[in-house]
Amino acid sequence: MGLAKLRRDFHEARWEEPIIFELSNEGERGIITPKDEKIERIVGDGISELPSSIVRKKLPNLPELSQKRVLMHYLRLSQEILGADVNIDIGQGTCTMKYSPKVNELLVQSPKVSEIHPYQSEETVQGALEIMYKLDLFLREISGLDRFVFQPGGGSQAIFAIASIIRAYYKSRGEERDEIITTIFSHPSDAAAPAVKGFKVITVYPDSETGIPDAEALRGAISSRTAGFIVTNPKDTGIFNPRIKEFTNIVHKAGGLCAYDQANANGILGIVRAKECGFDIGFFNLHKTFSSPHGSGGPAVGALGVKKELENFLPVPIVDYDESREMRRYYLNYNLPSTIGKVREFYGVFPVVLRAYAWIMSLGEGGIKEVAKIAVLNNNYVMYKILREVRDADISYPANRHRIEQVRYTWKNLREKTGVTTEDVINRMYDFGFHLRTSHHPWIIPEPFTIEPTESYSKEELDEYIEGLKEVVREAYEEPEMVKRSPHRSSIHRVDTSWLNDPSKWAVTWRLYLRKHRNGDSN
Amino acid sequence: MKMKVGLIVNPIAGMGGRVGLKGTDGPEILKRAIELGAKPWAEDRAYEAMKILRNLLNDSIEIYTYPSRMGENSARRAGFFPKIVRDLGGREGTTAKDTVRAARDIRELGVDLLLFTGGDGTARDVYRAIAEKQVVLGIPTGVKVYSSVFAASPRAAGELAARFLKRQVTEVVEAEVLDINEEAFREGILSVRLYGYLKIPYDSLCIPGGKIPSGHSEKYTKEAAAAEFIDNMEEDCIYIIGPGTTTKEIMKKLELNYTLLGVDAIQGGKLVGKDLNERQIINLISSRKAKVIVSPIGGQGYIFGRGNQQISPRVLRMIGKENIIIIATPGKIESLRGKPMLIDTGDEELDKELSSYYKAILGYREYIMYKVIPGYREQY
Amino acid sequence: MMASYSHPYIPNSLDRVRREMLRYIGVESIDELYASIPEDLRFKGRMNLPKPFPSEYELVRHVRGILSKNKSCEDYLCFMGGGTWPHYIPVVCDDIARRSEFLTAYAGDPCEDHGRWQALFEFQSLMAELVDMDVVTVPIYSWGHAAGTSMRMAYRINGRRKILIPSTISPERYLVVSNYVDPALTLEKVGYDEETGMMDLDDLEEKISDDVAAVYYENPSYLGFIETRGKKICDMAHDGGALCLVGVDPSSLGALEPPSHYGADIVVGDLQPLGNHMNFGGGLAGFLATKDEVEFVREIPYRIFGLTKTSQRGEYGFGDVLFERTSFERREKAKEFVGTATALYGIVAAVYLSLMGPRGIYELGKTILQRSKYAIQVLSEIEGITAPRFKAPHFKEFVVSFNGKSVAEINRELLKDGIFGGIDLRDSFPELGNSSLYCVTEIHTKEDIDRLASSLERILVR
Repeated sequence: MGLAKLRRDFHEARWEEPIIFELSNEGERGIITPKDEKIERIVGDGISELPSSIVRKKLPNLPELSQKRVLMHYLRLSQEILGADVNIDIGQGTCTMKYSPKVNELLVQSPKVSEIHPYQSEETVQGALEIMYKLDLFLREISGLDRFVFQPGGGSQAIFAIASIIRAYYKSRGEERDEIITTIFSHPSDAAAPAVKGFKVITVYPDSETGIPDAEALRGAISSRTAGFIVTNPKDTGIFNPRIKEFTNIVHKAGGLCAYDQANANGILGIVRAKECGFDIGFFNLHKTFSSPHGSGGPAVGALGVKKELENFLPVPIVDYDESREMRRYYLNYNLPSTIGKVREFYGVFPVVLRAYAWIMSLGEGGIKEVAKIAVLNNNYVMYKILREVRDADISYPANRHRIEQVRYTWKNLREKTGVTTEDVINRMYDFGFHLRTSHHPWIIPEPFTIEPTESYSKEELDEYIEGLKEVVREAYEEPEMVKRSPHRSSIHRVDTSWLNDPSKWAVTWRLYLRKHRNGDSN
Repeated sequence: MKMKVGLIVNPIAGMGGRVGLKGTDGPEILKRAIELGAKPWAEDRAYEAMKILRNLLNDSIEIYTYPSRMGENSARRAGFFPKIVRDLGGREGTTAKDTVRAARDIRELGVDLLLFTGGDGTARDVYRAIAEKQVVLGIPTGVKVYSSVFAASPRAAGELAARFLKRQVTEVVEAEVLDINEEAFREGILSVRLYGYLKIPYDSLCIPGGKIPSGHSEKYTKEAAAAEFIDNMEEDCIYIIGPGTTTKEIMKKLELNYTLLGVDAIQGGKLVGKDLNERQIINLISSRKAKVIVSPIGGQGYIFGRGNQQISPRVLRMIGKENIIIIATPGKIESLRGKPMLIDTGDEELDKELSSYYKAILGYREYIMYKVIPGYREQY
Repeated sequence: MMASYSHPYIPNSLDRVRREMLRYIGVESIDELYASIPEDLRFKGRMNLPKPFPSEYELVRHVRGILSKNKSCEDYLCFMGGGTWPHYIPVVCDDIARRSEFLTAYAGDPCEDHGRWQALFEFQSLMAELVDMDVVTVPIYSWGHAAGTSMRMAYRINGRRKILIPSTISPERYLVVSNYVDPALTLEKVGYDEETGMMDLDDLEEKISDDVAAVYYENPSYLGFIETRGKKICDMAHDGGALCLVGVDPSSLGALEPPSHYGADIVVGDLQPLGNHMNFGGGLAGFLATKDEVEFVREIPYRIFGLTKTSQRGEYGFGDVLFERTSFERREKAKEFVGTATALYGIVAAVYLSLMGPRGIYELGKTILQRSKYAIQVLSEIEGITAPRFKAPHFKEFVVSFNGKSVAEINRELLKDGIFGGIDLRDSFPELGNSSLYCVTEIHTKEDIDRLASSLERILVR
């Protein structure tokens, strides 16, 4: 048995590292570029014969640093980050911060992955195409949908692709439908991305008791203008809408398409699928559910899946296998007559695709279901533990205790009693080496926080995290001012945001900082 | 330079409510309240807010206030050394006149923020004195208030004030000053009037480090919602525009003359009625297609029966449920914390009939499906 | 399954622990926790997935087995660019990209993730120097996406709905941009000078009108020639009341003028050349730079990190720059979205630029100019080859036209010699006939280029 010990003397690395420009030392070099003197003797310097109007007159003002200094600088910065690998990263609900197996990093570092060019002839990239083709097959099994592509570079871009497909679909049918319906506890991009494609967006609010939208509300939103319904299930509150099939039926009856944002799929893999719930189109985040690391915010893949009827609208190309050809070969198929074109150049972030493939191959059918079940077990364990042991932490929609893989909680009572807000608790959690985040707006649940334990953490680790919450609540009562001034043991102190929305003060680059705050003086 | 903060305490605010007197307007009622055992507590509430302010801002602010119970005591208790704006010659200021004068005095000094403690009556007095010339914030006395100018609690008032003074909150919005007619109310008739707007700091809750920059100001979303409404206007329909800054944004965009606190009507992009009463509305819409447009009251969610009694049960029956249009900006929705919107027309049957999900305008090409239920008569 | 020992990725799959946790919750089985999912929605079948490899070793063998079917640009000599280019990647770039903390962080706040905020702020700052503009955002999906954004921004700024683009735009990027701006904006192509490839200024003159929001072009162009009249194009756009948007390959900017110097209002491009692997086209990351003027900055839909103070004197902190949206109508009519994109590639680009410094980035540009020039020279001497197709200065890429054998045929032959030949332009630029786009960077030695030339010579003569 492990030990749920609170790390009271934890301190995050604090390097007080200057901005890289401040480290510059004229003449230092970080790397030497290859130079070919034979070529130079033949063609000259390559620059002097160019029209002077296109030649750069003054070298860019980049810093000059030796290699070790650059390495040290960025390593130090890396230490001033609580990445998922180094903390019990359950406090970033909706983001599925699970373990990203290291073996998959070994695989993507192969030159057979990193050094392949997208326009190489198909026969020279059969391995890559096979991985893409097979991951498509796997995701078909997991979702019940009929075809996947990996072009979207993240969840939001996948939603955008979905909106593009919905638009193209009705255009091809000559129907004028311009309304998309979503729910408030779906990801904000479910409303934002369709608007880019010119859709009106109607957001359905849930019942204030159960946290689930009423079918009546959906019916009220439906009309002959309804193009689609884009929804997350389970919701960002962790609540699964049990009447989802009724919802998709209502939308279908009105002639609309149903799209599934599967950002919260981790607890239902192999348990309930897009197909059985009546969805026509949907996506998985390979960088969340399928273990590819989040990369400080990408690169990522929103794997986009559709039912047969929508296949022709997918962005090109899709990966197919040609049995009839002599070569029996995987190939890129651009022949989709109604394609929306592209949402991103080429075929998607292949390393992310590969990691997802390897992750599924390490688990199999049983392992994937086990992932879902343990994620749900962990989540419910944490929920009951918080309800029983963490004073003043409550769940949203307390009447509804059925939660899948995450829970949105509220510090409403804590704030009322002690003045300590969710932001304060978050800042203080850093002092124990924990990461916690608030939630997307609007905050219709006051002082929110969301915990998503995933399958990756042991009971002891979950206990340790909860000990952290308990300690902060204790402090909120006994030393609220100390909590409000936290963090005390993080890499830096609380940020003063006053410059950030003032055009005369914002400093989004070093040069602007020097100009606006140091009168151009670089010392 | 130190920032200046004004403070006005209405020392008797909240006393009536606590002994079941529904407000403390006028000396007679105050006398009754004291006889019934009411204790002044507004000073305690002011102290609570000032204590927070003191903790968060230390010595970087100066307090300007009136003597003794009108603010001085509370400020001193919280550790400030307030500047006393006027000598009342030993008299304890407790009247509406005192509040009005204090607000004017402090406003003339030019403060960054004026805090006041009281209820709807006090808010009205402050409004009467300074209208929208000064950013203010109400510290609630704990008795049920209708106006949206109050923070949720003294602590919340202190925190929001500190964030505003530290420029972490920079946006200012107009908030409703509502009050019931206390006399009528003591007779059992609820009549809530919209008296005007005060400017308060608006915390859009932008959290640095969030995944998605929000940064939508209320001003921006109001314009967006009004534009959406205008895009969908029908030529032959009469639109009855309810009171309030959200709905009247439509009038501004159409460049029409309007009454902020009254009910106006437009048709075909032209003004066809201004500051209408019930009878005038009825005359206007008789046997014509009409729609009514309203916005919920911040924090409470009333769409009918608060500040727009002209839109009476009879008017609503004529217009019909399907012709009710609600505009609710994201800030308004967030202030409801997921609670339904409310109707309290005085006609319970009608309230029930009108209860339903409504497709409310949220912004430009943005709608929400939101529940509306009968508002129950809250008793003090 | 997995009862007496746990799966290495799932610690609580251990039976003993699972029972203990269920007991604490107060239920008999995990199934009860799914009570909210109706029976009839449950998936009852088995997912048809292959038998897994529980041991790490077997997994590695399996995946490497599949990958071994790929031929990489380390195995073969690669002359393909066209939006993903072969460059040398300094080892320190990889070392930082593989750091657990950068690799597995996501969206932490400014205190606990200070290093991530600083690295991305430094990315913005370093790119700002390279393009010589004051504002750069956190990176986005790709050049195409950033180009689409620059066009939507132009509409939001001046309220016009048409964008003029060059006919020589990258075909991949064109597909991305057209879907991205639809339905808010329309695109119209401007013709090019057949001899030089450069934008046909007469056609441009004719097409600039009151409804043109911006003129977008790329420099160096997709077909490799340098648009030498960039300033003229920007001036014409500005004279017509339109903005000038320029896409740029950042690896050229040590040697070539940044577009801001010839009038660009918004500059976009891709970070793949700055230290990011090709990854089968998965190495893309778009950047967007503009001026520090409120009317531009407030229309940027992406995240922008700003340097600021903290509660501790003298300490650097960072936060999101938020700006008030004031021109709501245009913004609403050309909305955009933002989400998880390509932050890690931006951090790598920061490391790359820090290593290169001003000299390194200059020498990179220079050596690419020299090598591509040498390649042009050598190839043009071969019978049956016209190189370059366009009479203009070139950077990194150039069009080669062949007589006789088709590009497809030639590339098949080259493959036998261990060479990935240029990109076939038959479908995307049919007017260029039997042509191919070749790419030469700092990784190509004289011997490599000579080897290509002798192969081609042999193939064409045969």
